[in-house]
Amino acid sequence: MFDLSGKRALVTGASGGIGREIAKAMAAAGASVALSGTRVGALEDTAKEIGKACPILPCNLSNLDDVDKLVPAAEAALGGLDILVNNAGMTRDNLFMRMKNEEWDEVIAVNLTAAFHLSRAVLRGMMKQRFGRIINVSSVVGVLGNPGQGNYAASKAGIIGMGKALAHEVASRGITVNAIAPGFIGSAMTDELNDKQREGILATIPAGRLGTAAEVAGCAVFLASDAAGYVTGHTLNVNGGMAMI
Amino acid sequence: MSDIADRVRKIVVEHLNVDAEKVTEKASFIDDLGADSLDQVELVMAFEEEFSVEIPDDAAEQIQTFGDAVGFLQKAVG
Repeated sequence: MFDLSGKRALVTGASGGIGREIAKAMAAAGASVALSGTRVGALEDTAKEIGKACPILPCNLSNLDDVDKLVPAAEAALGGLDILVNNAGMTRDNLFMRMKNEEWDEVIAVNLTAAFHLSRAVLRGMMKQRFGRIINVSSVVGVLGNPGQGNYAASKAGIIGMGKALAHEVASRGITVNAIAPGFIGSAMTDELNDKQREGILATIPAGRLGTAAEVAGCAVFLASDAAGYVTGHTLNVNGGMAMI
Repeated sequence: MSDIADRVRKIVVEHLNVDAEKVTEKASFIDDLGADSLDQVELVMAFEEEFSVEIPDDAAEQIQTFGDAVGFLQKAVG
Protein backbone atom coordinates (compact mmCIF):
# COMPACT_ATOMS: atom_id res chain seq x y z
CA MET A 1 0.00 0.00 0.00
CA PHE A 2 2.92 2.33 0.68
CA ASP A 3 4.94 0.84 -2.15
CA LEU A 4 6.65 3.32 -4.47
CA SER A 5 8.14 0.78 -6.90
CA GLY A 6 8.52 2.22 -10.37
CA LYS A 7 7.92 5.77 -9.16
CA ARG A 8 10.43 8.52 -9.96
CA ALA A 9 11.03 11.25 -7.41
CA LEU A 10 12.94 14.51 -7.22
CA VAL A 11 13.83 15.70 -3.72
CA THR A 12 15.27 19.17 -3.18
CA GLY A 13 17.39 19.88 -0.15
CA ALA A 14 18.41 16.23 -0.14
CA SER A 15 21.73 17.08 1.50
CA GLY A 16 20.04 18.20 4.73
CA GLY A 17 18.51 16.23 7.59
CA ILE A 18 14.84 15.97 6.61
CA GLY A 19 15.47 15.91 2.85
CA ARG A 20 18.02 13.16 3.22
CA GLU A 21 15.61 11.02 5.23
CA ILE A 22 12.80 11.63 2.73
CA ALA A 23 15.07 10.55 -0.13
CA LYS A 24 16.17 7.46 1.79
CA ALA A 25 12.63 6.52 2.79
CA MET A 26 11.29 6.92 -0.75
CA ALA A 27 14.16 4.86 -2.14
CA ALA A 28 13.55 2.20 0.50
CA ALA A 29 9.89 2.12 -0.59
CA GLY A 30 11.08 1.36 -4.13
CA ALA A 31 11.27 4.75 -5.84
CA SER A 32 14.10 6.01 -8.01
CA VAL A 33 15.21 9.26 -6.45
CA ALA A 34 17.05 12.21 -7.94
CA LEU A 35 18.87 14.22 -5.28
CA SER A 36 19.17 17.97 -5.47
CA GLY A 37 20.92 20.37 -3.13
CA THR A 38 23.78 22.80 -2.97
CA ARG A 39 26.43 20.62 -1.32
CA VAL A 40 27.57 17.93 -3.74
CA GLY A 41 29.55 16.05 -1.11
CA ALA A 42 26.51 15.75 1.15
CA LEU A 43 24.37 14.62 -1.78
CA GLU A 44 26.93 11.94 -2.59
CA ASP A 45 26.77 10.82 1.04
CA THR A 46 22.98 10.57 0.77
CA ALA A 47 23.36 8.50 -2.40
CA LYS A 48 25.84 6.21 -0.64
CA GLU A 49 23.42 5.69 2.24
CA ILE A 50 20.68 4.84 -0.23
CA GLY A 51 22.97 2.31 -1.83
CA LYS A 52 21.61 2.43 -5.35
CA ALA A 53 22.28 4.75 -8.25
CA CYS A 54 20.73 8.17 -7.67
CA PRO A 55 21.14 11.04 -10.12
CA ILE A 56 22.84 13.91 -8.28
CA LEU A 57 21.63 17.29 -9.50
CA PRO A 58 23.27 20.20 -7.69
CA CYS A 59 21.18 23.35 -7.86
CA ASN A 60 21.24 26.75 -6.25
CA LEU A 61 17.55 27.49 -5.78
CA SER A 62 18.15 31.23 -5.45
CA ASN A 63 19.17 31.27 -9.12
CA LEU A 64 16.03 30.86 -11.23
CA ASP A 65 17.99 29.97 -14.36
CA ASP A 66 19.39 27.00 -12.46
CA VAL A 67 15.97 26.20 -11.00
CA ASP A 68 14.39 26.01 -14.44
CA LYS A 69 16.96 23.45 -15.55
CA LEU A 70 16.40 21.15 -12.60
CA VAL A 71 13.13 19.44 -13.57
CA PRO A 72 14.20 18.77 -17.20
CA ALA A 73 17.46 17.31 -15.86
CA ALA A 74 15.62 15.06 -13.41
CA GLU A 75 13.12 13.96 -16.07
CA ALA A 76 15.97 13.16 -18.43
CA ALA A 77 17.84 11.20 -15.77
CA LEU A 78 14.85 9.19 -14.56
CA GLY A 79 12.70 9.06 -17.71
CA GLY A 80 9.98 11.25 -16.15
CA LEU A 81 8.81 12.33 -12.72
CA ASP A 82 5.97 11.07 -10.55
CA ILE A 83 6.87 12.76 -7.28
CA LEU A 84 8.26 16.21 -6.50
CA VAL A 85 9.31 17.01 -2.95
CA ASN A 86 9.89 20.72 -2.42
CA ASN A 87 11.90 20.32 0.74
CA ALA A 88 14.76 22.79 0.39
CA GLY A 89 14.53 25.74 2.71
CA MET A 90 16.63 28.35 4.41
CA THR A 91 16.35 30.88 7.20
CA ARG A 92 17.62 34.44 7.58
CA ASP A 93 16.18 35.35 10.95
CA ASN A 94 15.81 38.90 12.13
CA LEU A 95 13.32 40.96 14.07
CA PHE A 96 10.74 42.44 11.77
CA MET A 97 11.83 46.04 12.38
CA ARG A 98 15.41 45.16 11.54
CA MET A 99 14.80 42.78 8.66
CA LYS A 100 16.67 43.79 5.53
CA ASN A 101 15.07 43.62 2.11
CA GLU A 102 17.71 41.08 1.07
CA GLU A 103 16.89 38.82 4.02
CA TRP A 104 13.24 38.86 3.05
CA ASP A 105 13.89 38.37 -0.67
CA GLU A 106 16.38 35.57 -0.29
CA VAL A 107 14.15 33.44 1.93
CA ILE A 108 11.07 33.99 -0.24
CA ALA A 109 13.10 33.18 -3.36
CA VAL A 110 14.42 29.85 -2.12
CA ASN A 111 11.50 28.65 -0.01
CA LEU A 112 8.57 29.84 -2.11
CA THR A 113 9.49 31.07 -5.59
CA ALA A 114 11.69 28.08 -6.37
CA ALA A 115 8.90 25.75 -5.23
CA PHE A 116 6.52 27.57 -7.59
CA HIS A 117 8.92 27.19 -10.52
CA LEU A 118 9.57 23.51 -9.83
CA SER A 119 5.88 22.70 -9.32
CA ARG A 120 4.97 24.45 -12.56
CA ALA A 121 7.69 22.59 -14.40
CA VAL A 122 6.55 19.11 -13.34
CA LEU A 123 2.90 19.68 -14.27
CA ARG A 124 3.17 19.03 -17.99
CA GLY A 125 4.56 15.54 -17.52
CA MET A 126 2.28 14.74 -14.59
CA MET A 127 -0.85 15.95 -16.43
CA LYS A 128 0.00 13.78 -19.42
CA GLN A 129 0.57 10.69 -17.33
CA ARG A 130 -2.50 11.47 -15.20
CA PHE A 131 -0.50 10.87 -12.06
CA GLY A 132 1.58 13.08 -9.84
CA ARG A 133 2.44 13.83 -6.28
CA ILE A 134 3.70 17.21 -5.17
CA ILE A 135 4.75 17.40 -1.54
CA ASN A 136 5.72 20.75 -0.09
CA VAL A 137 7.65 20.79 3.16
CA SER A 138 6.26 23.68 5.17
CA SER A 139 6.74 24.26 8.89
CA VAL A 140 4.78 24.73 12.08
CA VAL A 141 6.17 28.27 11.87
CA GLY A 142 4.12 28.82 8.72
CA VAL A 143 1.01 27.90 10.68
CA LEU A 144 1.69 29.56 14.06
CA GLY A 145 4.25 32.27 13.25
CA ASN A 146 7.45 32.74 15.22
CA PRO A 147 9.24 35.88 16.38
CA GLY A 148 12.27 36.73 14.28
CA GLN A 149 11.02 34.67 11.35
CA GLY A 150 8.63 36.94 9.47
CA ASN A 151 10.23 36.01 6.17
CA TYR A 152 10.41 32.30 6.92
CA ALA A 153 6.84 32.20 8.26
CA ALA A 154 5.58 34.00 5.16
CA SER A 155 7.35 31.57 2.86
CA LYS A 156 6.10 28.52 4.75
CA ALA A 157 2.52 29.79 4.95
CA GLY A 158 2.82 30.76 1.29
CA ILE A 159 3.76 27.28 0.22
CA ILE A 160 0.63 25.93 1.94
CA GLY A 161 -1.67 28.39 0.14
CA MET A 162 0.11 27.90 -3.16
CA GLY A 163 -0.28 24.14 -2.85
CA LYS A 164 -3.98 24.41 -2.09
CA ALA A 165 -4.60 26.56 -5.15
CA LEU A 166 -2.69 24.12 -7.33
CA ALA A 167 -4.46 21.15 -5.71
CA HIS A 168 -7.78 22.61 -6.90
CA GLU A 169 -6.51 22.99 -10.44
CA VAL A 170 -5.02 19.55 -10.99
CA ALA A 171 -7.05 17.20 -8.79
CA SER A 172 -9.06 15.99 -11.79
CA ARG A 173 -5.83 14.91 -13.47
CA GLY A 174 -4.73 12.49 -10.77
CA ILE A 175 -2.24 14.90 -9.26
CA THR A 176 -2.28 15.55 -5.53
CA VAL A 177 -0.59 18.48 -3.82
CA ASN A 178 -0.03 18.34 -0.10
CA ALA A 179 2.13 19.92 2.56
CA ILE A 180 3.93 18.58 5.59
CA ALA A 181 4.43 21.01 8.47
CA PRO A 182 7.10 19.64 10.80
CA GLY A 183 7.49 21.01 14.31
CA PHE A 184 10.80 20.79 16.17
CA ILE A 185 12.83 18.06 14.53
CA GLY A 186 16.17 16.87 15.92
CA SER A 187 18.99 18.12 13.71
CA ALA A 188 22.46 19.58 13.84
CA MET A 189 20.77 22.89 14.63
CA THR A 190 18.77 21.61 17.61
CA ASP A 191 21.87 19.77 18.92
CA GLU A 192 23.39 23.16 19.57
CA LEU A 193 20.61 24.29 21.93
CA ASN A 194 21.62 24.56 25.58
CA ASP A 195 19.70 22.66 28.25
CA LYS A 196 17.58 25.65 29.19
CA GLN A 197 16.57 26.33 25.59
CA ARG A 198 15.82 22.66 25.10
CA GLU A 199 13.63 22.55 28.21
CA GLY A 200 11.74 25.62 27.05
CA ILE A 201 10.98 24.01 23.71
CA LEU A 202 10.05 20.65 25.15
CA ALA A 203 7.58 22.30 27.54
CA THR A 204 5.52 23.32 24.50
CA ILE A 205 5.47 19.82 22.98
CA PRO A 206 2.94 17.38 24.46
CA ALA A 207 4.99 14.45 23.17
CA GLY A 208 7.82 15.68 25.39
CA ARG A 209 10.53 15.13 22.81
CA LEU A 210 11.81 16.42 19.50
CA GLY A 211 10.66 14.66 16.36
CA THR A 212 12.99 12.74 14.08
CA ALA A 213 13.61 13.34 10.39
CA ALA A 214 12.53 9.75 9.79
CA GLU A 215 9.12 10.55 11.26
CA VAL A 216 8.72 13.34 8.72
CA ALA A 217 9.96 11.08 5.94
CA GLY A 218 7.35 8.45 6.78
CA CYS A 219 4.64 11.04 6.20
CA ALA A 220 6.17 11.96 2.85
CA VAL A 221 6.14 8.31 1.77
CA PHE A 222 2.48 8.08 2.78
CA LEU A 223 1.53 11.17 0.79
CA ALA A 224 3.45 9.88 -2.25
CA SER A 225 1.87 6.44 -2.10
CA ASP A 226 -1.38 5.10 -3.54
CA ALA A 227 -2.71 5.03 0.02
CA ALA A 228 -3.00 8.84 -0.12
CA GLY A 229 -4.61 9.00 -3.56
CA TYR A 230 -7.67 10.83 -2.20
CA VAL A 231 -5.71 13.23 0.03
CA THR A 232 -5.06 16.58 -1.60
CA GLY A 233 -4.71 20.18 -0.48
CA HIS A 234 -3.91 18.87 2.99
CA THR A 235 -1.32 19.98 5.50
CA LEU A 236 -0.03 17.16 7.63
CA ASN A 237 1.20 18.52 10.97
CA VAL A 238 4.07 16.48 12.34
CA ASN A 239 4.82 18.22 15.59
CA GLY A 240 4.27 15.97 18.60
CA GLY A 241 1.07 17.82 19.36
CA MET A 242 2.53 21.29 19.80
CA ALA A 243 -0.10 22.72 17.44
CA MET A 244 -3.26 20.67 17.02
CA ILE A 245 -4.97 22.30 14.08
CA MET B 1 -10.33 18.72 -45.33
CA SER B 2 -6.67 19.40 -44.81
CA ASP B 3 -4.28 17.03 -43.14
CA ILE B 4 -3.76 19.56 -40.32
CA ALA B 5 -7.47 19.76 -39.63
CA ASP B 6 -7.69 15.96 -39.46
CA ARG B 7 -4.84 15.77 -36.99
CA VAL B 8 -6.31 18.55 -34.84
CA ARG B 9 -9.73 16.91 -34.90
CA LYS B 10 -8.26 13.60 -33.82
CA ILE B 11 -6.60 15.25 -30.80
CA VAL B 12 -9.80 17.08 -29.85
CA VAL B 13 -11.93 13.96 -30.19
CA GLU B 14 -9.55 11.87 -28.12
CA HIS B 15 -8.92 14.45 -25.46
CA LEU B 16 -12.46 15.73 -24.94
CA ASN B 17 -14.12 12.42 -25.70
CA VAL B 18 -16.61 13.93 -28.15
CA ASP B 19 -18.04 12.76 -31.49
CA ALA B 20 -15.99 13.83 -34.50
CA GLU B 21 -19.04 15.36 -36.22
CA LYS B 22 -19.44 17.81 -33.32
CA VAL B 23 -15.97 19.18 -33.98
CA THR B 24 -16.98 21.76 -36.56
CA GLU B 25 -15.23 24.91 -37.72
CA LYS B 26 -17.10 27.14 -35.26
CA ALA B 27 -17.25 24.67 -32.36
CA SER B 28 -15.96 26.33 -29.19
CA PHE B 29 -13.90 24.01 -27.00
CA ILE B 30 -15.45 25.36 -23.82
CA ASP B 31 -19.01 26.29 -24.89
CA ASP B 32 -19.73 23.48 -27.34
CA LEU B 33 -17.34 20.65 -26.59
CA GLY B 34 -17.40 20.59 -22.80
CA ALA B 35 -13.80 21.57 -22.16
CA ASP B 36 -12.75 23.33 -18.97
CA SER B 37 -9.88 25.81 -18.82
CA LEU B 38 -7.38 23.08 -17.94
CA ASP B 39 -8.57 20.98 -20.89
CA GLN B 40 -7.83 23.96 -23.08
CA VAL B 41 -4.28 24.17 -21.74
CA GLU B 42 -3.85 20.45 -22.34
CA LEU B 43 -5.17 20.75 -25.90
CA VAL B 44 -2.62 23.46 -26.63
CA MET B 45 0.12 21.24 -25.15
CA ALA B 46 -1.05 18.38 -27.36
CA PHE B 47 -1.05 20.62 -30.47
CA GLU B 48 2.47 21.75 -29.62
CA GLU B 49 3.67 18.18 -29.47
CA GLU B 50 1.80 16.94 -32.51
CA PHE B 51 3.07 19.77 -34.70
CA SER B 52 6.41 20.45 -32.99
CA VAL B 53 5.62 24.13 -32.56
CA GLU B 54 5.60 26.44 -29.60
CA ILE B 55 2.31 28.23 -29.01
CA PRO B 56 2.87 31.36 -26.92
CA ASP B 57 0.37 32.18 -24.18
CA ASP B 58 -1.18 35.15 -25.97
CA ALA B 59 -1.73 33.05 -29.09
CA ALA B 60 -3.12 30.19 -27.01
CA GLU B 61 -5.70 32.55 -25.52
CA GLN B 62 -6.98 33.32 -29.03
CA ILE B 63 -7.57 29.65 -29.79
CA GLN B 64 -11.18 29.24 -28.70
CA THR B 65 -12.66 27.12 -31.48
CA PHE B 66 -11.62 24.20 -33.63
CA GLY B 67 -11.34 26.62 -36.56
CA ASP B 68 -9.06 28.91 -34.52
CA ALA B 69 -6.74 26.01 -33.78
CA VAL B 70 -6.58 24.83 -37.38
CA GLY B 71 -6.03 28.40 -38.61
CA PHE B 72 -3.21 29.02 -36.16
CA LEU B 73 -1.47 25.76 -36.89
CA GLN B 74 -1.76 26.15 -40.66
CA LYS B 75 0.08 29.44 -40.34
CA ALA B 76 2.58 28.16 -37.80
CA VAL B 77 3.43 24.95 -39.64
CA GLY B 78 3.23 26.60 -43.04
